Amino acid sequence: MDFLNAIIAVANYVLVPGIAYGSQLALGALGVTLIYGILRFSNFAHGDTMAFGAMVTVLATWWLQSIGVSLGPLPTALLALPIGILGCIGLLLATDRLVYRFYREKKAKPVILVIVSMGVMFIMNGIVRFIIGPDDQQFLDGERFLISARTFREMTGLDEGLAIRSTQAITLVTAVVVVALLFWFLNRTRAGKSMRAYSDNEDLALLSGVNPERVVMLTWIIVAALATTAGVLYGLDKSFKPFTYFQLLLPIFASAIVGGLGNPLGAIAGGFVIAFSEVTITYAWKKVLGYLLPDSLAPDGLVQLLSTDYKFAVSFVILLIVLLFRPTGLFKGQSV
Amino acid sequence: MSSDPYGDRGNKDVSIANPRGGGSAEPVRGGGTATAAPGGPFLIGEAMTGGYGKGPDILHDCTISVDKGEIAVIVGPNGAGKSTAMKAVFGMLDLRAGNVRLNGEDITALSPQDRVAKGMGFVPQTNNIFASMTVEENLEMGAFIRTDDYSGTMEQIYDLFPILRDKRHQAAGELSGGQRQQVAVGRALMTQPKVLMLDEPTAGVSPIVMDELFDRIIDVARTGIPILMVEQNARQALEIADKGYVLVQGANAYSGTGKDLLADEDVRKSFLGG
Amino acid sequence: MNTTVKNVSLFAIVGVLILLTGFLQSWNAAILILNMGLISAIMALGVNLQWGFAGLFNIGIMGFVALGGLATVLVSMPPTEGAFAAGGVRVVLAMVMGAATITAAVLLYRAMAKGWPRTVAMIALLVVGFFIYRAVLDPGVAAIEAIDPAATGYLGGLGLPVLLAWPVGGVFAAGAAWLIGKTALGLRSDYLAIATLGIAEIIIAVMKNEDWLSRGVKNVIGIPRPVPYEIDLQGDSGFVERAAGLGLDPVMASTLYVKLLYAGLFLAVLLVLLWMAQKSLASPWGRMLRAIRDNEVAAEAMGKDVKRRHLQVFILGSAICGIAGAMMTTLDSQLTPSAYQPLRFTFLIWVMVIVGGSGNNFGAVLGGFLIWFLWVQVEPMGRLLMDIITAGMTDGYWLKTHMLDSAAHMRLFTMGLVLLLVLRFNPRGLIPEK
Repeated sequence: MDFLNAIIAVANYVLVPGIAYGSQLALGALGVTLIYGILRFSNFAHGDTMAFGAMVTVLATWWLQSIGVSLGPLPTALLALPIGILGCIGLLLATDRLVYRFYREKKAKPVILVIVSMGVMFIMNGIVRFIIGPDDQQFLDGERFLISARTFREMTGLDEGLAIRSTQAITLVTAVVVVALLFWFLNRTRAGKSMRAYSDNEDLALLSGVNPERVVMLTWIIVAALATTAGVLYGLDKSFKPFTYFQLLLPIFASAIVGGLGNPLGAIAGGFVIAFSEVTITYAWKKVLGYLLPDSLAPDGLVQLLSTDYKFAVSFVILLIVLLFRPTGLFKGQSV
Repeated sequence: MSSDPYGDRGNKDVSIANPRGGGSAEPVRGGGTATAAPGGPFLIGEAMTGGYGKGPDILHDCTISVDKGEIAVIVGPNGAGKSTAMKAVFGMLDLRAGNVRLNGEDITALSPQDRVAKGMGFVPQTNNIFASMTVEENLEMGAFIRTDDYSGTMEQIYDLFPILRDKRHQAAGELSGGQRQQVAVGRALMTQPKVLMLDEPTAGVSPIVMDELFDRIIDVARTGIPILMVEQNARQALEIADKGYVLVQGANAYSGTGKDLLADEDVRKSFLGG
Repeated sequence: MNTTVKNVSLFAIVGVLILLTGFLQSWNAAILILNMGLISAIMALGVNLQWGFAGLFNIGIMGFVALGGLATVLVSMPPTEGAFAAGGVRVVLAMVMGAATITAAVLLYRAMAKGWPRTVAMIALLVVGFFIYRAVLDPGVAAIEAIDPAATGYLGGLGLPVLLAWPVGGVFAAGAAWLIGKTALGLRSDYLAIATLGIAEIIIAVMKNEDWLSRGVKNVIGIPRPVPYEIDLQGDSGFVERAAGLGLDPVMASTLYVKLLYAGLFLAVLLVLLWMAQKSLASPWGRMLRAIRDNEVAAEAMGKDVKRRHLQVFILGSAICGIAGAMMTTLDSQLTPSAYQPLRFTFLIWVMVIVGGSGNNFGAVLGGFLIWFLWVQVEPMGRLLMDIITAGMTDGYWLKTHMLDSAAHMRLFTMGLVLLLVLRFNPRGLIPEK
């Protein structure tokens, strides 16, 4: 019984949150890795892109709520998500037209684009704060739990409860659907293949009749969809606050690099590696060990390896270890 | 470079900038139109002058052409501008003077994509395959501009290069040098081009494979596709050429039929090693 | 117009802007902008050394600046009575244990053959080492943090003169830079950017959480000053008399006097660093750096050790940021770990360097002053702008209220806009590299 309780405790505090957080990071890292593969720079504005898409979704959710539209047990935000994605697509295409395209025509080196993306980051950060303010925003409605801890205890008769919040379930389902769609698109469609080809070898893609501007436009559209989805899922699961999206930049970059920059499969793997490391290392294992060990050996302290404030440090250390032993990341990075 | 505000200052940081796959071409921008220019050879780059970026001219009043049913070969010492001439004909380099005409049309203002649509196929010297994609995907990318069913063409290419059929689901980057070149040529043939341009198709392959590649190129030419080719192995190439050009420092030094050039005393001494 | 005249007038414009602040707002505000401008200029100088002259991409400036701040506390604060005896020994022991564990892991990695036994052995060693480290450290930390937590609860410093903290801050930052550079530049490919980004976050996390070291979010206040206190000056009859002679009241005169003293100190540091930067860049070392930057392959072929040069310049640039960080904490007289934000301490410095002119020391200094001025003044300007835009709207209309409330966020927007405009229309910056 104690053993079962220990497993449930691990599932409740490590597994379920880790999967949800991992999915969110994976979606974020996919966007970063696509831009790295096709536009060939690391986009510092990605966190703020997520914030912008999520903000449009939040505003649309509020509007839908105000006119009385809801999805019943599901959050209204899912209904507002397409609006958010459209808004984000608009922003990214406008940014590309007004900012990035000039540097492509000048054949600027990717490092210059990185600096440009810093400027875009400042601007997007400013826009989001200007429109919705820097504070926490609530936009979650619908059923709170898929299974609440109490229901689970009553069902199983165990001491430990396993709570699965509906946002966590939605995160996983949405992430699986989005990733499946993305991979289908990249590997099975003509446009997707042209993106991979452009990423692999720009000049040869040109020789094959691929229009670079079209590839770039497609990329921004996909990135907008990924970023908005990731941002909304994170916001539903935690809460919407512009600054946290900016802070997500480090774990997202870490995920993309751990997986192998430019490799979409790697981005997903990296997202989960980083998420589970963070959750595992900052979780207080006292309870689990209490179940597993005889009373005499039960730990006094929390048995928390590092305080939760060090979670960014964890992403970074994992990143460093992976790079030391596998310089190209878990999956060989380079092309989409 | 400090003089280039869009340069990278020698930064090699792979965590922020992707060093792979980036383009170096300075293609003719899209939006240009072709104008009728009847007469002349099937494909001709006439009096071409140009260079990269703001750099000096590499081509000086250079002319190369190929007509239907011909194999034309460009030879010359290293740095003579052979590859640059090919790029210029294909619109991967914006010309400062001169023009390119194809099949009775002036196509100087067309972008490379539009030239592909007009029926030109080009196999660059290096990086001429999509290394991370399978052989079949490489061929599919070759047919990117086609909207009709191209499975017949793909079968023809598998018949021409049987080894590719066996390796169709393998990543092209994992193949041997000779096989890669076959993928590269196959990709260019997928559009069913009206003219094929090859930039040193035998670079870096063993002599046996080289002979086989030449045979294949002759096979392609027999199907009626004119071929314009740059070659390091000048003697062998001129033997199969209907027309030959010797470029020196970006300008035409000698031209004539392959046999004439092989017989020419000066050409033999200077470029064919006696 | 020749370049010297142009550059001098650019500096003059910034000077006029600061003077205008003095006339229109207050002289205190003006000199504060000047002081922070001097510090910003030093930071920009450090980053320019790395990016402008070696093409190194440092996005962890915040971390180096924070290390300088930490140095100020560790050097100048008085030691906490009994703290070292209570837990200091354990903490030092734990640090030694931690270092020993990592060293042992590295030795193990080198000694054993590749394969899973090595991996298992290393993980086991690190896990055991970590638990021993925590077992030694935790009681020590608890003992230190228990000492009068409201006032101290940390080890304190050495009680040395605060000016000594400036070079020490540079040394701290240099040490961190050496570690990062050794690791990130030593990998098969260069991963410096992400490494600096990560380390900066870790440094801030440590300063926020290790109360025994830096009091964490409780902040360290009342750091000793290198200049007199206003209250003492106001009690000094000689000073009051002189102030009266200038027609100033004692409170005003004392605050201005103190700020001007700081400005003098900062200016001296800036001038020394600027002189050194200019000298070293004209030296064979600097010429070699630029040769490497412009053509690494050729430089390598000539036998230049590119990695070594990069490491050197990365350490030097970071050290300069550390000095600036120590100066800033000295000016504030307090260490506030939660105030270190990447937008303000990393990305803003980048804006300064790019706007001023990458590769030109004077450009970096100009960029530091100009961007800092904007950073401070955009807020009132934004408010003014919003007042004008919303002038036609009725009071209490939601859009008017919202726009007036949000005027403060114009700051980030403006910084981005300035960066993008300069990159687009004047990509080499206001004072381009020669």
